[in-house]
Order: sequence, then structure tokens, then C-alpha cells
Amino acid sequence: MRTIPLAIIGAGPAGMAAAATAARYGLKPVLFDEQPAPGGQIYRALESTPLRRPELLGEDYWHGKSLVQALRDGAIDYRPGHTVWQLNRDGEVGLLAGDRAELIRAERIVLATGAQERPFPIPGWTLPGVMGAGAAQVLLKTSGVAAQAPLVLAGSGPLLYLVAAQYSRAGAAVAAILETTPRENFRHAAGHIGGAVKGWRYLRKGLSLLKELKRAGIRHEHQVTELHAEGNGRLQHVRWRTAARPDVWQQCDATTLLLHHGVVPNVQMTRALGGEHDWSEAQLCWCPRRDSLGRSDIEGFFIAGDGGGIGGAKSAALQGELAALAALASLDLLDDVALHRETAPRHRALASELAIRPFLDALYRPGDRWRRPADEVIVCRCEEVSAGEVRRVAKLGCSGPNQMKSFTRCGMGPCQGRLCGLTVSEILAEETGQSIEQTGYYRLRPPFKPITLGQMASAADGTDYGQRQQQGSTAVVTEKASS
Amino acid sequence: MFAYLKQPDARETVTIEFEGRALAVREGDTVAAALLASGVDIFRSTPVSESPRGPWCMMGGCFDCLLEIDGVPNRQGCQITVSEGMTVIRQQGARRISP
Amino acid sequence: MANYDFAVVGGGLVGSAIAYGLCSSGHRVAVLDEGDVAYRASRGNFGLVWVQSKGLGMPNYSDWSQSSSRLWLELAPELKALTGIDVQHRRPGGVHLCHTEQDWLARRETLNRLAGQTQGSFRFEMLDHQALAALVPAIGGDVFGASWTEMDGHANPLYLLRALHAGIAHRGGHYLQGSAVRWVHRDGSGFRLKRDSGDVLCGSVILAAGLGNRGLAEQVGLEAPLAPNRGEVLITERVAPLLELPTTYLRQTGEGSLQIGDSHEDVGMNDGTRTAVLADIASRALRAFPRLKDVRIVRSWGALRVMTPDGCPIYQASETHPGAYLACCHSGVTLAAVHAKRLAPWISGSACPEEIIPLTAERFHVRVPETA
Repeated sequence: MRTIPLAIIGAGPAGMAAAATAARYGLKPVLFDEQPAPGGQIYRALESTPLRRPELLGEDYWHGKSLVQALRDGAIDYRPGHTVWQLNRDGEVGLLAGDRAELIRAERIVLATGAQERPFPIPGWTLPGVMGAGAAQVLLKTSGVAAQAPLVLAGSGPLLYLVAAQYSRAGAAVAAILETTPRENFRHAAGHIGGAVKGWRYLRKGLSLLKELKRAGIRHEHQVTELHAEGNGRLQHVRWRTAARPDVWQQCDATTLLLHHGVVPNVQMTRALGGEHDWSEAQLCWCPRRDSLGRSDIEGFFIAGDGGGIGGAKSAALQGELAALAALASLDLLDDVALHRETAPRHRALASELAIRPFLDALYRPGDRWRRPADEVIVCRCEEVSAGEVRRVAKLGCSGPNQMKSFTRCGMGPCQGRLCGLTVSEILAEETGQSIEQTGYYRLRPPFKPITLGQMASAADGTDYGQRQQQGSTAVVTEKASS
Repeated sequence: MFAYLKQPDARETVTIEFEGRALAVREGDTVAAALLASGVDIFRSTPVSESPRGPWCMMGGCFDCLLEIDGVPNRQGCQITVSEGMTVIRQQGARRISP
Repeated sequence: MANYDFAVVGGGLVGSAIAYGLCSSGHRVAVLDEGDVAYRASRGNFGLVWVQSKGLGMPNYSDWSQSSSRLWLELAPELKALTGIDVQHRRPGGVHLCHTEQDWLARRETLNRLAGQTQGSFRFEMLDHQALAALVPAIGGDVFGASWTEMDGHANPLYLLRALHAGIAHRGGHYLQGSAVRWVHRDGSGFRLKRDSGDVLCGSVILAAGLGNRGLAEQVGLEAPLAPNRGEVLITERVAPLLELPTTYLRQTGEGSLQIGDSHEDVGMNDGTRTAVLADIASRALRAFPRLKDVRIVRSWGALRVMTPDGCPIYQASETHPGAYLACCHSGVTLAAVHAKRLAPWISGSACPEEIIPLTAERFHVRVPETA
């Protein structure tokens, strides 16, 4: 198995910045990314997007340009189309490129696996036509594809407004925005106004987005308390109620419903590695434990960007730089003095970037009803397990997500709990009266992404990674004597 | 329903076949994006209840965009790029295993 | 303070099956289980209800397994009726694959010895490739043949555990989670079980805590010479029906997933966390079923088997601490039916089932049997 000094997983802002920083110190890092092109989700398709009018996607998108360009100058071994399906504490990295599975070992690994949208379980969210708002953004950036009228957006948070604004700039009609932000959030957020003032640039951007939507004349419903996606075999209409008119169901035709309740760290790998995770009550998600330099509690592993807690693209890039510096220092490529000199200004910049977070977290905190849905709502999309089923096994005495999973198959499908894990932990904690820390999360194991038996069989044949890359050798099935 | 925005797009056209129907899509698109842009919203039926599904996340996490692509079942449409002559059909329920 | 007639330490398949059985006779029963992250062999169980090759050198174990295979035909419908949970028990027979003629001949020799030792109660057939292919049409062309017995079958171990827990609740038993037992004390004519969350009093205590029995058995004058033995399982995406019969390392579940791993009695896997092991499991599966090459693995699982020195179970009543019992085994699915229907009655006062009389830990002091 080939050993490399530094592997970085994920080519979003954190991973790209980490790679550029390592390269600046003469270390050629290997940057693995599942997608065919760099940028992560935030800067996705930056080099190839058919939407060339800069104002369409906005300046924050084009900000990623310099990071993406740095990948192309040869100092970084950038490997797009490489899915990491296995990782262990020895630094073994299982890769899948095309149809070929292989293993390498890395002395240091920076995990920059980013975020995913928070699950948004409502009645009908499995109907074709109901998607994450992030999915719509991906379609827009990569392909210039937009939902056709009638389109409804629902949820809360900056991305929801951004998608609506991008759509309206592109000339695509938005029938309604159904805002789920509860009224009390404004009061709670007001307590963090100091941070918002420090992060005034973000505040200004948010306000101008809202103004843009208003100017565009988009219907904006506030304090939506209930939301159903309905249709026969596909989405046909959306029904909702609001706090202002609790006894009236309102309805609107829709062929696409885009849902968004913010993003949460993608913890598949840190969980599988068995690192400690802390529950963030502010962000309502699990965050892998890391220090100010991104060092995890697993030796040799560093965590950068939103995969460690939500901070946004610019914070992610700074954290990527910090994690790379910490990795360099641990490889004795950077002494303590240089480490301090390099990290101090980044820590200051990071603090300023993150100043607005408590305000945003409080303002866009999804209300309880959205995170712990009614019994009839499907929580596990893969195995089609309802919230009621989870509550039923909790009443049997099942106290945690792992026993629950084995009793109901909830979380056993190919997504491996990505779309039900948070919901399940929160429902179980409520049912049992335990804290969410006591309740815990799914125990995850490789493969992180499905791989075929043939690929798995060929994964451990010990062929040198570099050689295989050059020769493009085909998989060989090993025949090991079994004991 | 989705569609390509009406705007200049320099990308070449690629023809794929979906359920026996030729679709003109854009080079570089993922299969999922190309199908959505062509008005396809139902990608598969689930192996549990055979209920219809379409893409949810478009970033490789949800496994709701599974399709049979060039004869290989259960592939993630959002992770595979279109190519000329590619044949795609819906993934109906559990996959079969050919001899 | 809670006081029970019987307290079963361990809420896995062994403890739950015993508790389920004890509940049926109207006793006050508690199951003391650890929390969600406790190590749990039941979650890693392969799901075979298996008789083939069990009990070589210990024919009582074969008879005990055969009895369970038969009682499963009552247990599964009974659980369904009581709890509504279908544990997917099927008994279509099962095959042990032999890749070469040499394997096949050795297998025949082994099973002939077992048949002899059990005085014919264990019955089997050796299948050539053609006969095997008739039973298992998906089999690869290179597999030489197999051994087969009608007594083998399979079930869903996870649903079984859920059904037992539900059955215990239906029958008035108490499931106490987060109840790791730290210490067992004698208390009057019964026992006091020390937990972090307070003590539990009981008349009888049944130790069914898997590897956890090691520390507890000696507190009641018993001995649990157990060692962990790790096994790893690969689980694939759901596929259309392909395999009706289970094999020793590959079976199709009721949901359509293929479960691939090593059976719990024939092969010991020592290292379950390395990719090399997973790759080896995949290779072995492809050797038998090459057509599975493109089937996707969606999960892997590892578990520690609870292994006695000879692989056979240990059941024992304490002489120094009357009312304390020990149950150790790694075949929690196969033996669930006898645990519920024959072991539990013994614990609550009926005669000891004849098959398990020699299955005390005393055997390790007297002689070393052949393999299990």
C-alpha cells in the first residue's frame, strides 16, 4: 500500500484552502474529491457553469475563483472523481475511482467533507418534485436548470432567500416563499445583536436579499406552522397553515417544492472513525470534537470547514488553512514560531467571520415541530420508516438509535442515516426523556458509499496505488485462505 | 418540473435514451440534471413499497435518484455524467441480478 | 425497591429468549440490559437457524440444536400472533458449500461421524454440483457440491430480538435498559443486583450477558471461560429474490438484502475491522456466486462471538448460590426456541432437559472434547 504524507478529503473551500496552504510549504498534498470538478457545493461548477452573467449567482459564488485556480497549477495532486468509501485510524483510505477500488495510507488526513442540508421531514416530502433547496442550487450552478412554475420554497435561512433571488434574477418564477421561522426566534436572535453588528456585511447582504425578493413581488408567507406536500404519485400542491390563521389551511398548486432548514455537518467519516462528537444546542447538530487548529481527537486526523460545525464558506477556507498548518507542524515541516506567526492572523479573521453565527443560529433555528414530526411522517426515506414507528420502539424500552435501527431498519438503507439520523436522535431523546447526548447517534461503518462486491474483493490486493494509476490495471480478485 | 433556462449555452448537445425515448441534453450534465431538465421527475420506485421517487439532494447523499444506466442497476443519477448514446431506464423496485 | 422472581442479566437474544419463556408462566420477570452503545452480539448475528455440523464430539449439542430447529416452527408463529412481528423464519434446508472435491470428501467424512455420534438423529445428504444447482440455481459453476440438511433454516435476528422484547412486554415482563450489572450479591434467599441506577432484588438470577458473564459468573460460584471471536458481515442493497436456501456464509434476507459473512461455527474470523477481511469475505462470496460481482455493499457489520473453549454452550445452575444460573452460547438465533421453551421451564422448576446435562463448565476440567 502506498503511503502519502498528507491526504485531504473534499475539494470545497476548506479542502482547497488546506491543499493550497500545504503546497505553499512545499508539501504536495493529495486532494480527493467525489465530484468531477472542484468547489464543493458552495462553489460548485465554478469553472464550467453555463451561467456566465456574474450577477446571476452573485459575488459570493465567484469569490471561490482563486481557490479553484490554485488547484490547477500543479503544486497540488488534485484527484476529482475519487470517492472515499473507507477510512480507519491507521490512516488507511479506501478509494473508488470509476470502477476501481483501491487503498492507500496517509500519514495525516484533513477531513473537509462539508455540510449537507438538514433533514426536513414533512408529510409528502418523499414525493417526486419535493427537493432540498440545495439541490436546486446545484442544478442551477452546474447545468443552468431551473424549476418551472408553479414553484414553492419553504423553510428558513439565508440559502432559501438566495435560491429565490437567483431564480428571480434568472427569470424563473417563484410562486411563494413559505417561511417557517418561528416568531420567538426574532426575540432570541436579538440577544445576539452584538455579533450581528460585528458581522454587518452578512447582515446587510441578508437584508438586501429580502429587499430583492420583495421588489420582485414574490409572495412571502410568514410563521408557517404546518406544511404538507401532496399529490398523486408526484407533487401537485402544497398546503400550509400559519400562526396568524391557525384554523385555515391555505393551498397552492406546485410542481416543485424546495425545502430548506439550514445545513448541518456531514459526520459520516468522523462517526465511522469513532471520534467524539458534541451536540451543538445552538446549531442543533452533532459536531466532531476539534481544537482551534482543527486537530481532532484521533491522532493524525484534522477537521476543517462546515464538517466540524457550520461557519460558512469563508470560515471554512480559514479553517482549511489552519488545519493544513497544524498538519504541517505535526509532520515537523513547521516550527512553533512559524506556526504561531501563521495561525494568529487567521484566528483573528476567523473570529470576525464567525461573529454573526450566534445571531444566525438563533434566528433560523427550526422549531421543534419541524425536527420531531408527527407519527405519520416518514423519517427514513430509504426504508420508509415513520416517526410513529420510532416512537413505538421507544415505548418498548429502546433507548438509543442503534437498537432502534436494528428493530425497525430505520437508517439501514444506502444513505446510511444521512437523512434520518438527526431526526431519530431528537425523537428518541424526547420520548425517553434522556438528553440527546445520552441518546447518541448511529454507529457508522464503512463503506460510506456503496461499493460492489467485485470492487471490495479487489480493494485489498496490495497493488501499489501509483502503479495502478499509471497502468490502469484491472481489479484482481484475491483468494486468501480463510482460517 | 425543471427545464434549461432560456439563455445562451455554449455546451454541445448530447443525445441519451431514456425509457426508449431520445433526449437532447447538454454535455457535462449529470444524468439526473439532464433528466430533470427534460421534464422527467420520477426516477425510480422504491424496493420497500414501490412508491415513486425523484432526486432529493443532487449531491450524492440521498440515493433517491437511482437509475439503471447502460444496463447497470441502482446507479446514482446525480453522480454520473451523460455521454452520447447512453441508455437510461427507471430503477423499478429491487434490482435484479443477471446470470 | 423492585423485587422480581427472576432477573435476567443481558437483553440480547439469549437473555431475551429465556426471559420470554419465564414470563409465560406468570412470574415477575425483569431483563436488565445495557444502554444503546453496549456491545451486542445479537445485532451482528448472521441469522441462521443451523444444525449442520454442530455438536461433533458433543452429540448432545446436536440434539439440542435439532430440538430448537423443530421448536422454531412453534416459536415463530407464536411471536407473530402475540406481537404482530414476523421474524421471517423459514426452514427450507440449508447448504454448506464445498468448493473442491477434497472439501466435499472431508465434509462427508465429518458429517458421517456426527451422524454416527448422534445415533442417526442428525441426517444429511451430500449434493453434487448438479443436485446443488437444482436447489440453488444461482450457484457458480466452479462449486463442487455441498452438504444439505432439511433441519437448517434462517430468520431475521433483529426482528427476533424485537419480537422477544415485545413478547416480554406483552406477557408482563419488565425490560430495564441502562442497567449494566456491576455486582451480584446474595440477599436472604435471593440476590441483590448492583446497578449504577440502583439495586434490583430477585429470587433467581440468570446470567445471560454474553462476554459480560465472565466477570459475573464467579460472583455466584460459577465459571464462564469465554473468549471473544470477531466476525464480520457485509450487507448488500436489496435485490430481487435470488436465494431461497441459506448457505453457511451467504443468505438472502426477507427484505432482499444479501448478507455475507462467515457462519458462526465453521470459521473463526479474528480481525473484523480491516479492509483485508471485508475483501476476503467478498472474494469468498464471488467464488461461490460470481454473478454477484456488481451487487453493491451498503453496510458492513462486525460482532464478537461469545465463544466457549469447545464452541458448545454452557448452561449451569450454581451449587454454592442456589437460584443463580448461567447461560453462555454464540448461537442465540438457532437456540432461541429451546431457550424459551425448554431452558426457561428448567430454570423455573421443571426437570433439566436431558441434552444439556453434560453442557456445564465442569466438562472443561474433565476432558477436552474434539471440535464443536
